[in-house]
Amino acid sequence: MPENGFNPKIVGFLCNWCAYSGADLAGVSRIQSSPTLRPIRVMCSGRIDPGFVFTALKSGADGVLLAGCHPGDCHYSEGNYLCLRRTLMMKKLLGGFGIDEERLRLEWISASEGDKYSKVSWEMENRIRELGPLELKQ
Amino acid sequence: MTMQDVAGQTATKPKLALYWAASCGGCEIAILELHEKVLEVPANFDLVFWPVAMDVKYADVEGMEPDSIDLCLFNGAIRTSENEHLAQVLREKSKTLVAFGSCAMEGCIPGLANATTKEAIFNAAYHASPSTVNPDRVEPQTIWDLPEGQVSLPTFFESVKTLDQVVDVDYFIPGCPPEAHRIWEVIELIVSGGPLPPPGAVIGAGDQTVCEECLRTREEKRIKEFVRPHQIIADPELCLLDQGIVCMGPATRSGCGGLCVGAGSPCRGCYGPPPNVRDQGLNMMSALASVVDATEATEIQAILDQIADPVGTFHRFSLPHSTFGRVQP
Repeated sequence: MPENGFNPKIVGFLCNWCAYSGADLAGVSRIQSSPTLRPIRVMCSGRIDPGFVFTALKSGADGVLLAGCHPGDCHYSEGNYLCLRRTLMMKKLLGGFGIDEERLRLEWISASEGDKYSKVSWEMENRIRELGPLELKQ
Repeated sequence: MTMQDVAGQTATKPKLALYWAASCGGCEIAILELHEKVLEVPANFDLVFWPVAMDVKYADVEGMEPDSIDLCLFNGAIRTSENEHLAQVLREKSKTLVAFGSCAMEGCIPGLANATTKEAIFNAAYHASPSTVNPDRVEPQTIWDLPEGQVSLPTFFESVKTLDQVVDVDYFIPGCPPEAHRIWEVIELIVSGGPLPPPGAVIGAGDQTVCEECLRTREEKRIKEFVRPHQIIADPELCLLDQGIVCMGPATRSGCGGLCVGAGSPCRGCYGPPPNVRDQGLNMMSALASVVDATEATEIQAILDQIADPVGTFHRFSLPHSTFGRVQP
C-alpha cells in the first residue's frame, strides 16, 4: 500500500544465472518479495551498461537494484567484477550529480538464495521510502 | 554594373547565415582558419546574417520570409532568452539549420554551468569574486524603468540548453571548435549540390573513435593508478590511458585527427559521443571501470577516488546533453 501517497518504483537488473533464478526460487517457494521491485533479466551483471541505470532513474525509477552471481561464481568468469567496478564508479558519478548514491544498490544473490532476494527487495523498498521520490530538475 | 545586376546575381546564390549564441568566439575563428578559402564562402554564398562580421539588426532577420535562408550555421549554447529567441527566429527563416560546434550540439564548456545554479553564478560574478566591489549589491535586472523609458536585458536561464533542446536541428557539426578542413568538407558538400545525409546526422566528422586516429601504441589495459597529466612525464609513444591518464579517446568521435593526443595531451572529448552512443560520459565511465585492475571493493574504490571531478571530466563537453542534463541543485 502506498504510504503518504508515495509508491516507490524500483528497477532491478538481475543476471540470468544467479540472481534471476534466486528471484524465481523466491516465487516458487511462496516467499513474498516487494512489489515495488520490477525485475529485468539480463544475461550477466557485466552486461549492465551504466546507461541502463541512469536512463531508469531519468525515466521515473526511484531506485535501481543490480544483482549478480557471488564473486568467483560468474557464469562468464568475471562479469560480476566488471559490474562491481562499474557500480562503484556509478555511485561516485551519481554523488557528483547530486543524487543519493543509495538509490543504486548492488547485491550478490545465488540461484539458491530466494530468501535473500526477498530480504533485499524489502530493504530496498524501505530505504527508498526513507529517501522519498526522486525528483529531477531540468 | 547596375544595382539590379548585383541584386540579380546575389539572388542566384544560396543564402548563408551564421550566428553565435552562448559561445567563446572560437567557432568564428575556426571559419577564419579556412585562410584564403574563406574568400570562397562569399563567392558561393550570399551572406545575409553574421553578427561578428556584419552590421545586420535582429529586426532585419525577423522581417525575412520563412525558409528564405538556405543554410544557417548556429554556434553557441542556449544560455539566455536572447539565445533562445534567435534560435527560434533562425529555425523559422532557415531551410537547413546546423548546430555548429560543441556548444550548440552538446553544451560544451558553457554547459558546465549546469554543475551549479544561476544563484551561485550571479553571486560569484557580481559579489564574491575578489576583483568585484559592489557594496550596493547591484544585480542586472531584466526590466528597468528610466526617465527616458523602459530598458530591458535578456533573462538568464536556470540551466544551459543545447540548440536541439530548443528547436529542431537538421545537422550537427561537432568540435570545440570544428576543424577548418572539416568545415570546408561540409561547405563543399553543400555547394556541390550532392546528396545530403539524412536529417539529424552528424556531419564534418568521422564515424569511429579518436583512438582510431591516435598513433600511440596500445597495450592490454590494466590500470592500477590514475594520474593527472602534470603528475608524470608521459611516454611519448605509449597510449595515454595505458599510462593512467584519463583520456576520453575511447568515448569520443573521430574527426579531429587526434590532435591533442598527438601533442601529448589527453583527449578531452570535444568531438562528442561516437555513433550510437547517447551519453558520452557514461560510455567513458563504463570503459574506464572495465580496465581498473582490481577485484576487491576497497581497492577498486581507492583507485577510482584518484579521478578528480568525475562529472566535469566525463561530461566536460556534454553536461546539458547528458542523461540528467544538470547536477541536481
